[in-house]
Amino acid sequence: MFETLMLSRIQFAANISFHILFPTITIALSWFLFFFKLRFDQTGEPVWMRAYRFWVKIFAITFAIGVVSGITMSFQFGTNWPKFMETVGNIAGPLLGYEVLTAFFLEAGFLGIMLFGMKRVSARVHTLSTLIVAIGTTLSAFWILALNSWMQTPQGHVMRDGVAFPVDWLAIIFNPSFPYRLSHMVVASGLTAAFLVAGISAYRLLKGDDKQAPKLTLKIALTVAMFLTPLQIFIGDMHGLNTLAHQPQKIAAMEGVWHTEKGAPLLLFAIPDEKQKTNHLEIAIPNMASFILTHDFQGEIKGLNEFEGNHPPVAPVFYAFRIMVGVGMLMLFVAWFSRIQLWRNNPIPRWLLKILVAMSFSGWLATLAGWYVTEIGRQPWLVTGILTVKDAATDIAPGNVALSLTLYLILYAVLMVAYLHTIFTMANRAVEIEEITDDEKVKSVTHRALKENNYV
Amino acid sequence: MFEANSLAVIFVALMGFSVLLYAVLDGFDLGIGILLPLEQKDDSDTMIASIGPFWDANETWLVLAIGLLLIAFPSAHSHIFKELYLPTAVLLISLVLRGVAFDFRAKAAFSHKPTWNKVFKAGSLLAAMSQGYMLGMYVMGFESTLSAYVFSLLSAFGVAAAYAYIGACWLIMKTEGALQIQAVSWAKKTGLICFLGVVAVSTVNPLINPDVFTKWFAWPTTLYILPLPALCFALFVYSQMHLKHLPALNDKGCWRPFVGAVIIFTLCFFGLAFSFFPYIVPGKLTIWQSAAAPESLSFILWGAIVVVPVIISYTVFSYWVFWGKVRELRYH
Ligand code: HDD
Ligand code: HEM
Ligand code: HEM
Repeated sequence: MFETLMLSRIQFAANISFHILFPTITIALSWFLFFFKLRFDQTGEPVWMRAYRFWVKIFAITFAIGVVSGITMSFQFGTNWPKFMETVGNIAGPLLGYEVLTAFFLEAGFLGIMLFGMKRVSARVHTLSTLIVAIGTTLSAFWILALNSWMQTPQGHVMRDGVAFPVDWLAIIFNPSFPYRLSHMVVASGLTAAFLVAGISAYRLLKGDDKQAPKLTLKIALTVAMFLTPLQIFIGDMHGLNTLAHQPQKIAAMEGVWHTEKGAPLLLFAIPDEKQKTNHLEIAIPNMASFILTHDFQGEIKGLNEFEGNHPPVAPVFYAFRIMVGVGMLMLFVAWFSRIQLWRNNPIPRWLLKILVAMSFSGWLATLAGWYVTEIGRQPWLVTGILTVKDAATDIAPGNVALSLTLYLILYAVLMVAYLHTIFTMANRAVEIEEITDDEKVKSVTHRALKENNYV
Repeated sequence: MFEANSLAVIFVALMGFSVLLYAVLDGFDLGIGILLPLEQKDDSDTMIASIGPFWDANETWLVLAIGLLLIAFPSAHSHIFKELYLPTAVLLISLVLRGVAFDFRAKAAFSHKPTWNKVFKAGSLLAAMSQGYMLGMYVMGFESTLSAYVFSLLSAFGVAAAYAYIGACWLIMKTEGALQIQAVSWAKKTGLICFLGVVAVSTVNPLINPDVFTKWFAWPTTLYILPLPALCFALFVYSQMHLKHLPALNDKGCWRPFVGAVIIFTLCFFGLAFSFFPYIVPGKLTIWQSAAAPESLSFILWGAIVVVPVIISYTVFSYWVFWGKVRELRYH
């Protein structure tokens, strides 16, 4: 039983962690694509179409992996967490159902036209399809985050015989942590896509691509990143305040506060010690944590001692939070610095391009770290105050779970290698293709070099 | 608003609808994966192009079906998938492999293309077979006896053949020239296997499930229900005969085998549904015993009433946009 629980947890964490990487890109990349296509329709400048064509292919593989790994997710609830649906199924079910009905079909239905229909429908219908796909991906974030947020801060239900029944659907959907989590996640997606676009464009420039398209996409991505980084830090701060109100033990773990204290310091680094209930090697800014969380240098922060036996493991939450915030700060710095370089019309120096390439997938790191803070920080609860993770687990033989887990892990490793390899292969190929001449404003450009790699 | 008992019936109908649509729609695209030849490069491109714009939306019907089972009949969901834990894992992994192979084969370095073609074919075949195996286990009431395993294995091949059959019929409709001729010969062979599979399941099912037997052979119900297998049989015979005359001049009637296959799928589906209703886990749980709270079901039902017709209309729109013979499929 215990083994099954641990294996199920690892399997769930592996599946969702793998899955979320791809939606994080597609949610925002679809909006980038919509923008490229719209600009092409408005101006007829071929460079927009080139940007669209290159990125739509990356979108297509990312989306495909997102879809197939998502299908795995929808089976997980029943197979590995039967008690989850039995206890809160009346609430989780309809939210998942609305996600399928309003979001998944919308995305999938118009994806075909977006990817392959450009010559078969008018420019306007095609642009509209791109927009609908973007709306679909964002809607699916809306529903799934409504569910996840409800699991963190449940309300709008009653418990009868240990089963949750819905009372007020608006209260369930717009539960206290939902607005913050949704906006934080959508902006996280924006940043992840922006740094991916910037990184791959920088890669092409480094490889000697002197066409217009990568320069343009680099500029757009950096502009987006420049606006979104401060916004994300602001939303993250509000999110933290909200968590302090609803899940104070999570904040105590994030900040490494073992004992309730006034004027708590902000720990830049430390090694939390669960046994001795203290931190080693602290590097701290005095009173800063109290100031951030209570807006008062002497404000009181509840420590983990107040939640004896009912708080999450401290170290993973503590480190994951620092990774997320660290990446966020780095993004802020790099985005502003590079954008200002562009502004002054200096070409971006090679070392900075290399940094951008290195940061292509930094959004993934921050997003995963953020989710680990959120999810581990909620332990031992699966649904706060209603169901613990331990009680939700299945009683399938551990051998079966071990087998399925092994298969998934091998599969994910192979897919990740193939995905990264393919993206860089596509970038290298784009470098080799010559610039197409001006008369390509018409839709039906077929260039020999393009043609081959364009076949499905 | 809606009464609890009728909600359960409405939801099982909705779920059945999406299972059927899934079997038809993803059936033909899995079938094309199963038939994919590994050598002739041009043919395989055309075949895949014929499903390119659709496969993702097709799979979404599976997500909806499983979602509805989870939402409306949560205890049945956990019962069924606990019994089918490993086949489910195999199904999921093969769907993953197949979905990504579809995209990677076009975009990876050219030298990797044959490998991704193999992955696509193997993934499609395994996905179809695991669905067939799951169907077999379901019909056998999840027994762990040798005969149940043998039957499920047969059912695995039967479903794979059925998908290959409807896939071949789709190709007859969507292609021309040598590939179309090839598709006709595929359809003849797989149609025959599919027919044998249907006969096998229909015979074994009432023999091992006494409930099913009494249902089918209770006078006068038999009289109403008899047209179902009779029509099914007639359609098989008609399709096989019609295939002999294909491809015809001006491509007349190229759509008939596909329509025939869709009707056969529908009839078989109703046959199964009739056998088990109102059980959702054969012999153990009825739809009423496992239905979720009425307040949850009516909340989602309102959404479904509004959204499902919209989904169907844009699905039709998308098939209309890509109507006609396949042309080369390009990312612009
Ligand atoms: C913040 C966004 C987000 C989060 C937290 C999740 N997903 Fe997801 N999911 C998406 C955003 C998304 C998406 C952007 O909408 C995807 C990616 C590619 C796609 O087609 O849709 C998607 C695809 C996707 C699919 C395939 C849809 C299709 O067939 O088109 C399923 C079944 C799920 N997801 C299910 C889940 C479950 C059960 C989750 C939680 C446990 C989950 N997702 C977390
Ligand atoms: C999308 C990004 C997400 C990531 C990266 C993520 C990550 C994780 C991780 C790492 C755990 C393991 C915590 C632990 O065991 O200590 C976990 C647990 C869990 N999460 Fe999430 N999660 C995400 C979203 C969601 C959503 C949207 C839901 C539900 C709708 C959800 C439901 C659960 C459940 C049921 C568990 C319990 C299993 C467990 O504790 O291992 N998660 N998640
Ligand atoms: C730099 C300042 C940031 C702050 C102060 C911050 C704050 C937070 C907090 C407090 C949480 C946990 C909320 C909870 O579970 O109760 C969180 C979660 C999360 N963070 Fe951040 N964050 C920052 C930057 C980022 C960046 C740059 C990204 C990604 C690009 C990111 C992505 C996420 C994600 C995906 C989650 C999990 C979902 C959620 O609960 O919203 N964060 N963040």
